[in-house]
Amino acid sequence: MGIITSYTHIKHNQVSVNGQIVFQSDNSLSLAEFLSEAYKTLDIKYPKFHKMDAQCKLGFLCTEFALKGTTFLPDNYLNKTAIVLSNNASSLDTDRTHQHSIDDKSNYFPSPAVFVYTLPNITIGELAIKHKITGENAFFVSSHFDPTLLINYTESLINNETQAAIVGWVDVDGANYEAFIFLVETSENINKNSIFKPLNISSVITLYNQTKWTH
Amino acid sequence: MDALIEKLKGQIIEQLNLAEVKPEEINPDSPLFGEGLGLDSIDALELIVLLEKHYGIKIQDPKDGKTIFQSLRTMAEYIKSQGKS
Repeated sequence: MGIITSYTHIKHNQVSVNGQIVFQSDNSLSLAEFLSEAYKTLDIKYPKFHKMDAQCKLGFLCTEFALKGTTFLPDNYLNKTAIVLSNNASSLDTDRTHQHSIDDKSNYFPSPAVFVYTLPNITIGELAIKHKITGENAFFVSSHFDPTLLINYTESLINNETQAAIVGWVDVDGANYEAFIFLVETSENINKNSIFKPLNISSVITLYNQTKWTH
Repeated sequence: MDALIEKLKGQIIEQLNLAEVKPEEINPDSPLFGEGLGLDSIDALELIVLLEKHYGIKIQDPKDGKTIFQSLRTMAEYIKSQGKS
């Protein structure tokens, strides 16, 4: 049985961990500025962060905040840890950036560093690289945040070899963005700091609506 | 040469999004890849774009990149040798 042991929700330039806002910045900050400020509060040194596109940065931060203070990674085998993400915009935000760089044939300088992010599942790759996770992974593109899809897929993995999973929604489309990531562990392997919510639709919807956003 | 090296430092930091690196931390003689700045294969492609975009230099043979991008100084020397500084 899957248990949700921690979660992070990011939107409105605020970061909420387990329902409590742990970081917020002025609404006037752009997404890039907000992500940069949120990264600084984590007090980690990971230079590759600055090379990521907005979606990867958002997914990276959301996961880091969810992991912070937990024993999720040391408690679980990395080859049995899955990453299951979803969004609506796929990699459209970065696709546009790339398109703009090749629109003008007289100023044609497509950036390889931008081009590598023109797939949504690169977000999974960045998480896997950072934490050396080698388990199952999947990225779904759907019209809206669909807990049923994510839960069903994660449960099917847990019913096989998967021991733990990083699951959620990471969506960026211009200035519009939202990330909601929850950590799933199996009942045999949960730590005492967990929030202990069973992995089901009701829990995920409750946690998704838990945060009282201040702006 | 020193002025060109300083200019390149700024351009590399910007082009490669090295937000945590300050120009004064880059040793012109340190390797750009592996140790030193720790750049990767995508960064190598970005450096090729940088040379073309800012100096109008097209590297014809990718094998030359290994020598040209050995360090900041070898990059600057190559730009000079092409009469593009």
